[in-house]
Amino acid sequence: MSQGRPQPVPQPPDLLTVDSLRVSFGRGIHEKAVVRNISFSLQPGRCLAIVGESGSGKSVTARALIGLAGRYANVHARQLSLGGTDLMGLSDRAWRRIRGNEIGFVLQDALVSLDPLRRVGKEIGECLLLHGAVSSREELAQRVIALLKLVGVPDPEIKAEQLPHQLSGGQRQRALIASALALDPRILIADEPTTALDVTAQAHVLSLLEETKARGKALILISHDLAVVSRAADEVIVMRGGDVVERGNAVQIFKDPRHPYTQQLLDAVPSGRPRGSRLSPSTILRSPARHTQPAAQSPPKSRPILLEATSLVKRFKGPDGTLQAAVDGVSFELRSGETLGIVGESGSGKSTMARMVLALEDPDEGAVQFAGRPWTALAERERRGRRRSLSIIYQDPLGSFDPRWTVGRIITDSLSSDVETRRKRQERVLELLDLVGLSEALLDRRPLELSGGQRQRVAIARAIAPNPAVIVCDEPVSALDVSIQAQVLDLLGYLKDHVGVSYLFISHDLSVVRHISDRVIVMRRGRIVDSGATEEIFRNPQSEYTKSLIAAMPRLVRDHQIRHPATILEEGIA
Amino acid sequence: MSMFAEATVSRPLKEVLAIVRHFPFRVAACLIIIGLFALAALAPKVLQTHDPLAIDLRSSLQSPSFDHWFGTDQLGRDLYSRVVEGAGQSLAIGLGATALSMSIAIVFGVAAALSGGVCDSVLSRIVDVLFAIPTLLLALVVVSVFGPSVLTEVIAVGIGTAPGYARMIRGQMLAVKETGYVEAAKVLGHPFSRIVRRHILPNAMNPLTAMMTIGVGQAIIWASGLAFLGLGVAPPAAEWGALLNAGRNYVIYAWWLEIIPGLAVTAFALSLTIIGRHLQDRLEGKK
Repeated sequence: MSQGRPQPVPQPPDLLTVDSLRVSFGRGIHEKAVVRNISFSLQPGRCLAIVGESGSGKSVTARALIGLAGRYANVHARQLSLGGTDLMGLSDRAWRRIRGNEIGFVLQDALVSLDPLRRVGKEIGECLLLHGAVSSREELAQRVIALLKLVGVPDPEIKAEQLPHQLSGGQRQRALIASALALDPRILIADEPTTALDVTAQAHVLSLLEETKARGKALILISHDLAVVSRAADEVIVMRGGDVVERGNAVQIFKDPRHPYTQQLLDAVPSGRPRGSRLSPSTILRSPARHTQPAAQSPPKSRPILLEATSLVKRFKGPDGTLQAAVDGVSFELRSGETLGIVGESGSGKSTMARMVLALEDPDEGAVQFAGRPWTALAERERRGRRRSLSIIYQDPLGSFDPRWTVGRIITDSLSSDVETRRKRQERVLELLDLVGLSEALLDRRPLELSGGQRQRVAIARAIAPNPAVIVCDEPVSALDVSIQAQVLDLLGYLKDHVGVSYLFISHDLSVVRHISDRVIVMRRGRIVDSGATEEIFRNPQSEYTKSLIAAMPRLVRDHQIRHPATILEEGIA
Repeated sequence: MSMFAEATVSRPLKEVLAIVRHFPFRVAACLIIIGLFALAALAPKVLQTHDPLAIDLRSSLQSPSFDHWFGTDQLGRDLYSRVVEGAGQSLAIGLGATALSMSIAIVFGVAAALSGGVCDSVLSRIVDVLFAIPTLLLALVVVSVFGPSVLTEVIAVGIGTAPGYARMIRGQMLAVKETGYVEAAKVLGHPFSRIVRRHILPNAMNPLTAMMTIGVGQAIIWASGLAFLGLGVAPPAAEWGALLNAGRNYVIYAWWLEIIPGLAVTAFALSLTIIGRHLQDRLEGKK
C-alpha cells in the first residue's frame, strides 16, 4: 500500500498526515458535507485537540481517521497516511489491522462501550488475543493486569474479574483507555473521553492521557470543552459546522485567538471569567450590559428565609437489602433573592435532596419549611395549592416535556391559575417567550423540533411561568454545549434580577456553580462537607474533599508554560 | 397576537387540514384502498359484477379472466363478487374484535398500572393466566358456547387477543408514569387524575395505534382460523376467512382462491397500518 512518496523532510517525521479531508453523506444533489477541508499532521509525543460543539464534525473526523465513518460516508482526502502508509481506500481487513495496532480509539461513554456481560479483563484481553500478541493464558492475564495498573485502576487483579457496572465511571473510562493502549499503538484518539465523568475522575483521566503523551504517543483529543483540552494540547483545531474555523498552536489559540468564534468559546468557559459576568455575546436578552455587576449586593442576612431544611434524612434500600442513607442529616436555608449552589459528584445525594425540597420524595427524618410554614410535613392535597411557588428545571428538558404538546401548550399549562382570561394567558405566554429570548414562531413547535438550547429555554419559561419564589435547577446546563451553556447561565442570571426568583442550583460542575451562586454547599455521600459564601469556599476551602474538587476543576490554561497545578489554581480563582 | 389565537383556538381543525393537505403518495393510495373496502362493505351491489351466490358449475375453478376478474371457485361463483360481498363481515370482525379486545385490555391494563400494589398483582396474574391459554383455544370455547356467527367471532377473537394488549398497556402506563413530564406536571400541582387524563393515558396509548392497525388484519386471520375448524361464519357467507378456508382444498389447481382473499386481508391491514403510522408521526410532531 506504500505510496513511495519522497522520503522525509528533516523535521520529526509525521506520524499521521491528513491533507484536505472531506467527509460527506449522501449522493448527487443529496450530498451533504459534514467535514470540509481539514488538514493536519501529527508527530509522536504531541497532542492535537479538535474542539467544536455538537454538529461541528469533530467526531466524524475522528472516525474517518480509523476508517469507521460508516457505510454511507464518502471520505476523500488529498492525502491520508499513517507513517508513510496510505490509508485511503483500505480494505476492511487492512483497517482492522490498523485499528488497535496502530491507532487506539477511546469512546465517550465507557458504560455503553464496554460489553455489560463481559468481565473487564476479558474485554481488554480480547484485542491482545485477536491480534495474536500473547502466547499463553498466563501471559495474557499478566498483560491485562499490567495495563490496568498502567492506567491507574486500583486493585487491578480484582477489577479485571468484575463486570463494567461494578466499576465507577472513571474506572470504566480508564479500562477503556487500557484496552485502546493494549497493543501499544502509536496514536491514541480520544473522543470526549471525560464528558460523562465527575470532576475528580475527569482530572485523573486527563492526567492519564497526558502521561500517555509523555511516553511518546501521539494523541488526538476531541472535546467540546476548551478547558478540558487546554492542559494537554500542543495544537488546536477549532471546528464549526464542518469547517475549520481556526487552527494553530495551543499557546496562540488560548492567548490570542484570531477568530471571533474561538473567542466566543473561550469566553463561554465560566472558570476563565469573573464570577457573574456575561458569558455569551448573544443579543437575545434585551438589556445586554446589565449583568456585568457581579453580585455586588451580597444578600444581607436580613432577607427573609424562603426555604429551610432541617436535618433531612432519606434512606434507600441498597443492593444488599440494607438501608443506606442517600441524604444524611442535611440542613440549609435559602433566602429570598439568593442563589444557593449545591455541588457534589454523582451519588452525593444532591438530586435526592432536590426531590425532597420539591416534595416529590418524603424525607425519612427532618423537614423542609417553605416561607416559614411546614411544607414536606403536609399531605399532598394541602401542598397542591402551593406547589406552583416551587419550580424545577431539569438536566434533560426533552424528557420533561410531553412529546405531543406544543411549546405554547406547555407554557400555558404552567401559568398560575389566577391568569384567568384566555387573552391574558396568551399575552403572558408571549411575554415569557420574549423573556427567555425565543421567537413567537416556536409556539406551534413540538419539543422534538427544537434545538437543545431552545428546549432548555422553553423549560426555563415553563419554570418561571407560575411566578415561583424558588426554582430548583437540577444540573440545568450539564447536557448543553459550552456556548449554549453560557447563554443559559446568562439567562438565569438575568431572570434572577428581573423576575426576582431564588435558585437552588445543583451541579457537579464547580466552575458553573461558582459562576452563578452566592453561597455554596458541598455534598459528599449525603452529608454537607463544606458550606459558605462562594468566594470564601473557593478561596479557602475547609475540607480536604472540597480542596480536591477545586484542584480537579478543569481550567483554561491560557499561558501554556504554566502547568504547575498550584499556579493554575491561583489563576483560576483570581 | 392573532397568529397565536388562531393557533390555539382552532388547532385540532387546522391540524387535520394540514395533514390532509400534505399527504404523501402512499398515504393517499392507502386511503383510496380503504375507501374501496368501505364502499364494498356498505354497498357491495355497487361494485359487484356477478351475483356472489349464483352457482354455475360449468364455469367452476376458472382462472382470472376478463369476465371473472378474480376467477371462480369450485361452484363457479365469481370470486371478485364474493370478495366484495365478504368485505362487510370481514371488516366487522376485524374492527369489532380489535375494538373489543382493546376495550377489555384498556380496562385491565390501566386499572393494574394505576392501582399498583396488591390490586396490580391480582389483575396482572389474571391476565397472565389468560395469556397462557392459546388464543385459538380461548376463541374456540367462546364459539362453541355461543354458536358460530359474526358476533360470536368478534367476541371470541376479541377476548382471545385481549391479554396481550393488556400487558402492553400496563407496561406503557408504568413507563409513562416514570417520565419527566409526569413529574413536571406534579411539580405544577396538577391533581393526579388530571395528569392521568392529559399525560399518562394519551402517551401510553400512542404506540398502540400501530398495534391496533396490525391487530385488525390479525383478527381477520384468527377468524379464518376459526373458519378452518368449521367454527366460522356459516358456509354460503363470503367472509374472507371462510373464503380462505374453502379454497384450501383446491389450492393446487386454483391458486387464486387462496391468494386473492389473502391479498384482500393484507391490503386492508397494510393500508390501515400505513395510515396509522402516518397519523401517529404527524401527531407526535416527527415530521
